Amino acid sequence: MSGIPHDHYEPKSNGEKWLNSRLPIVGLLYDTLMIPTPKNLNWWWIWGIVLAFCLALQIVTGIVLVMHYTPHVDLAFASIEHIMRNVNGGYMLRYIHMNGASLFFVAVYIHIFRGLFYGSYKAPREITWIIGMLIYLMMMGTAFMGYVLPWGQMSFWGATVITGLFGAIPFVGEAIQTWLLGGPAVDNATLNRFFSLHYLLPFVIAALVIVHIWAFHTTGNNNPTGVEVRRGSKAEAEKDTLPFWPYFVIKDLFALAVILVVFWAIVGYMPNYLGHPDNYIEANPLVTPAHIVPEWYFLPFYAILRAFTGEVWVVQFASFITGGIVDAKFFGVIAMFGAILAMALAPWLDTSSVRSGKYRPMFKWWFYLLIIDFFALMWLGAMPAEEPYATFSLIASAYWFAYFFVILPILGVIEKPLAQPETIEEDFNAHYGKADADATPAE
Amino acid sequence: MSHAEDHEGTRRDFLYYVAGGAGVVATGAAVWPLINQMNPSADVQALSSIRTDVSGVEPGTQLTVKWLGKPVFIRHRTGAEIADAQQQDEEAVGNLPDPLARNFNLNPDAPATDANRVMPSPEGEAAGAWIVQMGVCTHLGCVPLGDAGDFGGWFCPCHGSHYDLAGRIRKGPAPENLPVPPVEWVDATTIKLG
Amino acid sequence: MFKKLAIGAAFALALTPAASIAAGGGEQHIEDFAFSFEGPFGTWDQHQLQRGLQIYTEVCAACHGLQYVPLRDLTALGYSEEEVIAYAAENFEVFDPELDDFRPAIPTDHFPANTGVGAPDLSLMAKARAGFHGPYGLGINQLVKGMGGAEYIASLLDGYTGEEKEEAGSVLYENKAFPGGWISMAPPLSDEQVDFADGHSNSVEHMSEDVSAFLMWAAEPKMMERKNAGFVGVIFLTVLSVLLYLVNKRLWAPHKGKLRKED
Repeated sequence: MSGIPHDHYEPKSNGEKWLNSRLPIVGLLYDTLMIPTPKNLNWWWIWGIVLAFCLALQIVTGIVLVMHYTPHVDLAFASIEHIMRNVNGGYMLRYIHMNGASLFFVAVYIHIFRGLFYGSYKAPREITWIIGMLIYLMMMGTAFMGYVLPWGQMSFWGATVITGLFGAIPFVGEAIQTWLLGGPAVDNATLNRFFSLHYLLPFVIAALVIVHIWAFHTTGNNNPTGVEVRRGSKAEAEKDTLPFWPYFVIKDLFALAVILVVFWAIVGYMPNYLGHPDNYIEANPLVTPAHIVPEWYFLPFYAILRAFTGEVWVVQFASFITGGIVDAKFFGVIAMFGAILAMALAPWLDTSSVRSGKYRPMFKWWFYLLIIDFFALMWLGAMPAEEPYATFSLIASAYWFAYFFVILPILGVIEKPLAQPETIEEDFNAHYGKADADATPAE
Repeated sequence: MSHAEDHEGTRRDFLYYVAGGAGVVATGAAVWPLINQMNPSADVQALSSIRTDVSGVEPGTQLTVKWLGKPVFIRHRTGAEIADAQQQDEEAVGNLPDPLARNFNLNPDAPATDANRVMPSPEGEAAGAWIVQMGVCTHLGCVPLGDAGDFGGWFCPCHGSHYDLAGRIRKGPAPENLPVPPVEWVDATTIKLG
Repeated sequence: MFKKLAIGAAFALALTPAASIAAGGGEQHIEDFAFSFEGPFGTWDQHQLQRGLQIYTEVCAACHGLQYVPLRDLTALGYSEEEVIAYAAENFEVFDPELDDFRPAIPTDHFPANTGVGAPDLSLMAKARAGFHGPYGLGINQLVKGMGGAEYIASLLDGYTGEEKEEAGSVLYENKAFPGGWISMAPPLSDEQVDFADGHSNSVEHMSEDVSAFLMWAAEPKMMERKNAGFVGVIFLTVLSVLLYLVNKRLWAPHKGKLRKED
C-alpha cells in the first residue's frame, strides 16, 4: 500500500496462509501498523493520534449517553438531568462527552496549523488535505447538532441562529431553512433530526478518517524538513524511517497521556468552564438570552460571519454588481464558508517550491501572524457586535483571506528559501547525533 | 545512554511490564463505567422499596399496588375468610400441587401452610388478617382476579388457574403458589415492600 | 520558538470560555464568598446545606420550584431515610396521575415545580449563572475564582439597596448583583427570618450564603464524587505519563546519538 519500500507480512503457518489467501486482513493491519515513518517527526505530529482517540472517546461515550437520553422537546432537558443525577457515573460520562468535543477541536486546530506550517498540504498530499478539511466540516456539523440536544437556551437559540444562515441564501434560502428545521422554527422535528444526524455523522467521520490515513500512507508522512523519504531501496528508506510500531505509537501514547492529565483535570474540577451558563436553563422559544455566543471552537468563523456588515465597501460592491442578490447577510455566510474553503485550496494557492516553513524566512512571519489572527478572531467572535470590535473583526477577517489568496501565492515567487537538508537522516543526526545502533531496530 | 543497556536489561523489562500493567489498569478503569452505566439508575433503585398506607383497606377488600413494575395484592381478610383459610389448610396441606410456601421472608423450604403465607398481624388484629403476594400468575404472567375461582381466592382468566384464600395454586396449569414478596410493617398502618 | 509561543497561546485561548463574555452588562458587584465546597479538596458543609434547605423550604419554596431534584437525594445532606420521609410528607404535595389527585410527597418524588408566579426553577440556578467574567472576556477570573454561580446567588440575595421604583405597573427593586441593577423579586430574606436548630447566625448575609450553598448542591449533587474522580484520574494519568516517558526514552535511545537536542 505504501510507496516507501518496507517488509511486508508473510504468512508462515498453514493457518495463517489459509486466512491470508481468503482475507488478507492481518497483512493489511501489519502494513498499516508497521508503516515506515520519518524518524525526525517532532511533537507537532502527535495530534493525529489524539484526534483518533477523541473520535473513539466521543463515539463510545455518545453511545452510552444515548441509552439514557430522550430526544423530545418536553423530555430532553430532563433526561440530561436524569443522566447527571441518577445514572451510574452519568455525570462523568456526560462531562467527558461535553469537554471531549473541546479537546477534539483543540487537537484539530493544532493539527491543521501544523499542516499549514510544514506544508503538509502540498503535492502529493492534496487529497489527504482535502479529506482532512471534509472531516473538519463534518466535525463542525456534528458538534453543532450535538450542542442542540440538551435543549437548553443556548441549544435552542444557537440552532435558530445557525440555521438562519441558510435562510440567507438568495431565492431558495427560506425553503432550505424550513426543510432543515422541519417547520417554521426550531422544534421537536428539528431536535429529532439533529439527534439522528449527530449519531450518524461520527461514523461518516470515522470512514473519512480511514480514507485520510489511506491517502497519507500511500504518499508517506510529511516531516518537519519537508524532504521526502528516500525510496530507492529498502535499505535506503530504513535510514530515514522507523516503523510506526512501536516507536511512534509509544511516543504518541506518552503525549496523549500528558494531554489527558489536563483534560481530566478540567473534567474533574471545572467541567462547565468551556460551556455557557445559559444552557442550564431549559429552552424557551419566547425568551432570547442576552448574548448568544457559539461554542469557542466556532468563534473564529463566527467572527468572520459577522465582520461583513452592510457598511463594508466590498459588501456594497458585491451587492451592486449582483443587483442586490448578494446582500450583507448572504455575504457573511459566503465569507464564513469561504474562510474554510480558502484553507482547503491552500495546496494550489501556495506557489513555493519548498514545503516546510522551517526553510522559508519570510513565510514564517506571515504564518505566525495568521496564528495571532486566528486567536484574535476567536476573541472577537465572543465580543458584542459593536465598535471597536467590528472594525477589528473586519481587519482580522481580511488578513485571513489575504494570507491564503495573496500572501501564499506571492511569497512563493519572491521568497528565497534557506538550504534544506539532503535527507531526513541528515536532519535527524544533526539533531541527535549519529546513533551507535544505527538503523537496526531495538529487538 | 545506550552503552549501559546490557546492565539494564532486567530493569528495562521491568519498566515495560509496569507501563503495560498501568495501561491495562487504565483501560479497565475506562471500561467499567461504560458497563456500570447500564445497571439500574438511582431513580430505579429508589423504587425497589416502597411504603404503602393500608389504613383504608377494610376487611374483605384488596389493595393492588405496583412494585418493581408488577402488581402486588394486599388482602385484608375478614374473620370468616381466616376461618375458611384455616379449613382449606387442613384439607389441602400434604396434597398441594406446590408444597412450598414461596415466601421471600421465610426459608425457601418452608411448607405452604396458611401461617407461612400470611403476614404477621399488627397488634390488635387476629393472626392471618393480612396476606400480601405478587399479583402475577405463575403460569404465564397474567394478573389473576380477586374473590374468584373455585377456592374463593384468586382466579387467573387466561388459562384457568385457581388459587385458594392463601394464594396457593389448587387447580389449573400454574406450577407454583403466588410468591410472597419481601414485606414488613413499618407501623400499624404502613406496609413496606422490598 | 514557534512551539513555545503557540503552546502558550493555544492553551490560553483554548481555555477561554465564550460564556464568560455573556451576561454581564451594568455595574454588577459579585462578592467572592469563601464556600466550603470550593477548590480541589473542598467538601460540602452538611450543616450549612441543612440550614440552606430550611431556608429554601420556609422562604424560597413559596415561589420557586426545584423540579429536577429528587427528594430521596436529601440523604446526602446527612438526613436519615425516616427524616426524609417525614420532610417530604410534611412539606410538599405532588400530583399523582395514578390517583388523579394530589397526595403528600414521598422520597421517590422530586421537589415540586412551582410556576405560580412565574419565578424561575432553582434546580440548576447555581450552574445557570456565572459570578465572574473577564478580564476582557477572557474568562481568567473563572480560572482563579471558579464559575461563581453560588456567589452570584448569595450576592444577589444580599445585594438589595432598599431602593424601589415602579415601571410599567410593576415594582422593581434595586440590587447590586443583578445585571441592569433592577430586579422584580422583592427582597426575600430579612434578618432573623428563619430560626436554626443549631443556633447559627440568621443575618441576611449568612442566610444568603447558606441557601446558595444548598442551591449549589441542588445543581451539582455529584460534585464531590466528580472531584474525587478528577483527583484519582489526574494522579494516575500523571504516573502513566511518567512511565510512558521512560519507555519512550528507552525505546528511542539506540537510535539517537549522544548529541542532545537543545529544547
